[in-house]
Amino acid sequence: MINTKYFLKGLFCIKSANSPAIALFASFIAIGALFKSIGLNINESVFSTFLTYALPGSLIMAESLIVGASLLNIFLAVWLVNARLYPMTVSLFPLLTHKSQPKLKYYLACHFIAVSAWLIMKENYKSVERRYRLDYWIGVGAANLTVAVSATALGFFIADYLNKDMMIGLAIVNPVYFTCVMVGAMKTIQMSLAVILGSVLGILFYFISPEWCILLGGFTAGTLAFFIGELNVN
Amino acid sequence: MSINIILAILATSLATYISRFLGVITSKKIKENSKIFKWFNCLAYSTLSALLARLIIFPAGVLAEVDYFIRFIVVFICLILFLICKKNFVYPTVLSALLLAFLSSNF
Repeated sequence: MINTKYFLKGLFCIKSANSPAIALFASFIAIGALFKSIGLNINESVFSTFLTYALPGSLIMAESLIVGASLLNIFLAVWLVNARLYPMTVSLFPLLTHKSQPKLKYYLACHFIAVSAWLIMKENYKSVERRYRLDYWIGVGAANLTVAVSATALGFFIADYLNKDMMIGLAIVNPVYFTCVMVGAMKTIQMSLAVILGSVLGILFYFISPEWCILLGGFTAGTLAFFIGELNVN
Repeated sequence: MSINIILAILATSLATYISRFLGVITSKKIKENSKIFKWFNCLAYSTLSALLARLIIFPAGVLAEVDYFIRFIVVFICLILFLICKKNFVYPTVLSALLLAFLSSNF
């Protein structure tokens, strides 16, 4: 089913120097503490992270529970903020396909798509033989999900010891880590434009629609970056 | 709290899984070295950047209680540190938490 050697190789990526483990851990501790403060119990908190495994979506769920939004509202708001996972999947999975892998495995393995594991895979896929890339990916994803779930549980238990300033400190870690990653990814004109235009347009579109700004801003910026990059190469 | 927590968790995870699921379906038709793949790669990075910019400038939750100028300074200093330290990820991430916790409790 899964090649153990490559699975373990992927799993141990979490220990590497540029691993997202610290950022992931800090932000899910904050989520665990937040869940406790809004009245979830430990099982619900752990299951929420295990099943959703996408930070902005969990934050929206927590905020919606506080204001008492409807289920449909939660569904739509989470879908909008997490729709970025769609282009992320499409820009990763074609690198992992191999005819020897069963189809069902892809539908299970896509649950691991989240920015942390995605970035590790984008960096490392070339070093893994194509046939075993999916197994490697499942290792990377399992390691990241385990960190997220354990941090949620820990955050839940230590919630009473975290004051507001500590929560604020934990909340900034993830945005800072990913800002660094994005700046690190600016290696070609196309990538640099995608990152810079994405942040600028994401903010500008916020003034038109806070719900749609990520998708509209991201789509416009990515498309512009693609065409300018292509023109530049030609 | 008016609605069932379990249902909220299920709605959240379903709404999240849909995008991953549709992504796998689309992936089947896309070749690694095609233009479409490159375009999707740009879209992935630009939507992530849009999300990040939003999280930093218009945050939700506790971060919203910190003055935007302080948030901006912290991100800026950490980014400079990241570039100085030859793209080491550990120093800027650890510093960001300490710096923001310190600044928000003192200013």
